Amino acid sequence: MAASTAVTANYVLKPPPYPLDALEPHMSKQTLEFHWGKHHRAYVDNLKKQVLGTELEGKTIDHIILNTYNNGDLLPAFNNAAQAWNHEFFWESMKPGGGGKPSGELLALLERDFTSYEKFYEEFNAAAATQFGAGWAWLAYANDKLKVVKTPNAVNPLVLGSFPLLTIDVWEHAYYLDFQNRRPDYIKTFMNNLVSWEAVSSRLEAAKAASSSA
Amino acid sequence: MSIINVSIIFLIAIFAVNIDAGVGKTITMDPCLESMKTASLPDLPYAYDALEPAISEEIMQLHHQKHHQTYVTQYNKALGKLRSALADGDHSSVVKLQSLIKFNGGGHVNHAIFWKNLAPVHEGGGKPPHDPLSSAIDAHFGSLEGLIQKMNAEGAAVQGSGWVWFGLDKELKRLVVETTANQDPLVTKGSHLVPLIGIDVWEHAYYPQYKNARAEYLKNIWSVINWKYASDVYERNNRDQTEI
Repeated sequence: MAASTAVTANYVLKPPPYPLDALEPHMSKQTLEFHWGKHHRAYVDNLKKQVLGTELEGKTIDHIILNTYNNGDLLPAFNNAAQAWNHEFFWESMKPGGGGKPSGELLALLERDFTSYEKFYEEFNAAAATQFGAGWAWLAYANDKLKVVKTPNAVNPLVLGSFPLLTIDVWEHAYYLDFQNRRPDYIKTFMNNLVSWEAVSSRLEAAKAASSSA
Repeated sequence: MSIINVSIIFLIAIFAVNIDAGVGKTITMDPCLESMKTASLPDLPYAYDALEPAISEEIMQLHHQKHHQTYVTQYNKALGKLRSALADGDHSSVVKLQSLIKFNGGGHVNHAIFWKNLAPVHEGGGKPPHDPLSSAIDAHFGSLEGLIQKMNAEGAAVQGSGWVWFGLDKELKRLVVETTANQDPLVTKGSHLVPLIGIDVWEHAYYPQYKNARAEYLKNIWSVINWKYASDVYERNNRDQTEI
């Protein structure tokens, strides 16, 4: 089973690793205030309430996610738990002055598994653009291979047996204030200006370490 | 129910509603196949600001001119590909196209109904229904308030994108509240279900004005719900078998 990477087990609303206005003009302060301050906060608060007094109380978020996915026939706590996890992972997938092409080992692996960075970019872009309704697009690692996956609503690669490395939130609330219906523009902006390849690299290291010790 | 059966019912539903939804140009093609009419964006029956303050002008413009238009455009594209696949006897592609048709065709069908579900206050928006729908609502939900509370609770609980529906089960002759995911029309929950009122709970339906407060949007939308349309559809579909 794939292990999580650096997302806290406590049900805590962790702030993004930068001020809420730090991603301007690519992602507005207003978006962060609502997206982190309202949406993400609600998932965390509702998760706490939901597991109180149940056998899930005190369990890590990862445990809850894996045990409530139930092969797609989702149990009640899945949505809040997975969305709390996904959003923390999302903030940490971005940084001010981010985006562009990675380098070093990460670039080499992208070129190995997608034939070129440009092909990866296209595939990630397409996944994010064609996830119908609410969901996420991911770069994930499994069986020593990088791949792009898209998931609906709250689903994430943990339940699919993969290590998530990078994500973009394509729920409308993630981009509507800044881009309205223009999801393709939002995706491009994310790829060109926001992706934290450092975060992706360190997640990849953790994933490889976890794989080899499994 | 197999995917094929649902898809066939769904395609029939789309073509049936197209007559209301604004049927566009006819495209002639291979004489061996019947000509197929594409979809077009229906006009809004009121001005973009006519539903204020319940729904802002900004939302109405984006929702109609961007979101609904995109569903129409993508649906027509998918229909074009379907025509080619059918002409080629490429059944694998025919099946593969079903999800695109369902997403975009469903988006078109659902939004065409939605615009008619709404009306400005000065044109009767928000005015409660009369009999026979009114009595039927009381019988099934206790009161109009009871129905609204149920719709709002179910609408708020939709995870991700979808719709909450107030519908008539033609076969069982009863009123229902249902939700559907993404752009699945009500008929995907039961082939005898007729939509009377649908409320879009995709975030694009309320975000610029209400942000994350979906419950507030649901509370306010009832002031512009067009009960006259719902009553007309109910009466048309609730006739006894013996009536003409």
